Amino acid sequence: MHELSIVMSIIDIAKQQMEGADATIIEEIELEIGDLSGIEPQSFEFAWKEAVKNTPLQFAERKINYVEGLATCLDCMIDFSVKQLYDACPVCGGHFLNIKKGKELKVKSLVVN
Amino acid sequence: MCATCGCSADGSVTMHVPGQEDNHDHSHEHDHSHSNGKRIVDVEQDILQQNNLLAERNKGYFDAKNILALNLVSSPGSGKTTLLEKTLTDLKGQLEFAVIEGDQQTTNDADRIHATGTKVTQINTGKGCHLDAHMVLHAVQGMKPKNDSVLFIENVGNLVCPAMFDLGEKERVVIISVTEGEDKPLKYPDMFYTSTLCIVNKIDLLPYVPFNIDKVKENALKINRNLQIIEVSCTTGEGLQEWYSWLKSKVLAPETV
Repeated sequence: MHELSIVMSIIDIAKQQMEGADATIIEEIELEIGDLSGIEPQSFEFAWKEAVKNTPLQFAERKINYVEGLATCLDCMIDFSVKQLYDACPVCGGHFLNIKKGKELKVKSLVVN
Repeated sequence: MCATCGCSADGSVTMHVPGQEDNHDHSHEHDHSHSNGKRIVDVEQDILQQNNLLAERNKGYFDAKNILALNLVSSPGSGKTTLLEKTLTDLKGQLEFAVIEGDQQTTNDADRIHATGTKVTQINTGKGCHLDAHMVLHAVQGMKPKNDSVLFIENVGNLVCPAMFDLGEKERVVIISVTEGEDKPLKYPDMFYTSTLCIVNKIDLLPYVPFNIDKVKENALKINRNLQIIEVSCTTGEGLQEWYSWLKSKVLAPETV
């Protein structure tokens, strides 16, 4: 359940940003989570519900942009989408990959008031 | 509030040094009220940024003191503590060691390390499932490992959660034992992806278990082609020399920037 630590970090970032913007209410939060970032969406959902209670994020609308995994095969230099870190290159079947997308874990923006 | 890292210490993490008791609590209350119109704040901040900043801080400390920090990760019961006990005993006098133990509860592991005569701090994470850079920062501040030493950080036994948290270590070592499934690298790819060395432990049990060591290597290398693999048995001592050589090569290798 490292998702709980992740949610706690999001709350910290959101609070800091809210205070920095001289606001008291967070209406919206936009997150970017890569499919290969190590976040399990169900656990994240569960942790979120519990953790945001009595924080400025309790009533905030949450938007999540999930980012699909994208890798380059370093043997044949083609890009292809990956679901898992151990996926094979569709051309050569190799596993020497450079992960280009899918590791994202970011707070993109807030709407504050 | 903690003066060095700004932590609010609101978790239930505790530190213990066998042979002495210390506790360190602090709280931080902070109220504001402001008002203004509705607006968008572009944040673009990595969620793990706070952890990563503290990890970089730890890394700087380790580099400055030429400390080789190793993060040992595995499932519970794969033999991390036994491997450490064996290593600390066998290399006593050859290398200087310090150990940070991470477990949810008890000081059992730290007591075992303490019995080898090695400096050790136990971090109890309470309900936490992993160590983070912040916990390690405080443990290191308390224990002050010596220059040119090896610092083993034994993470909480868990192949999932510790993968995401950089502690500032130089290398991450993942340990798997032959009583586990050979598909473990595929089930927990993040940990194998972020490690540089994989130790396969308990190889003395190979005749008794249906564990295909070639298969586990193949699976691990699918995830991380650069992963080094060393097979050992802490019971018979087989393979330990190779692990010790790896360790010594890392200690001796000067950092070039």
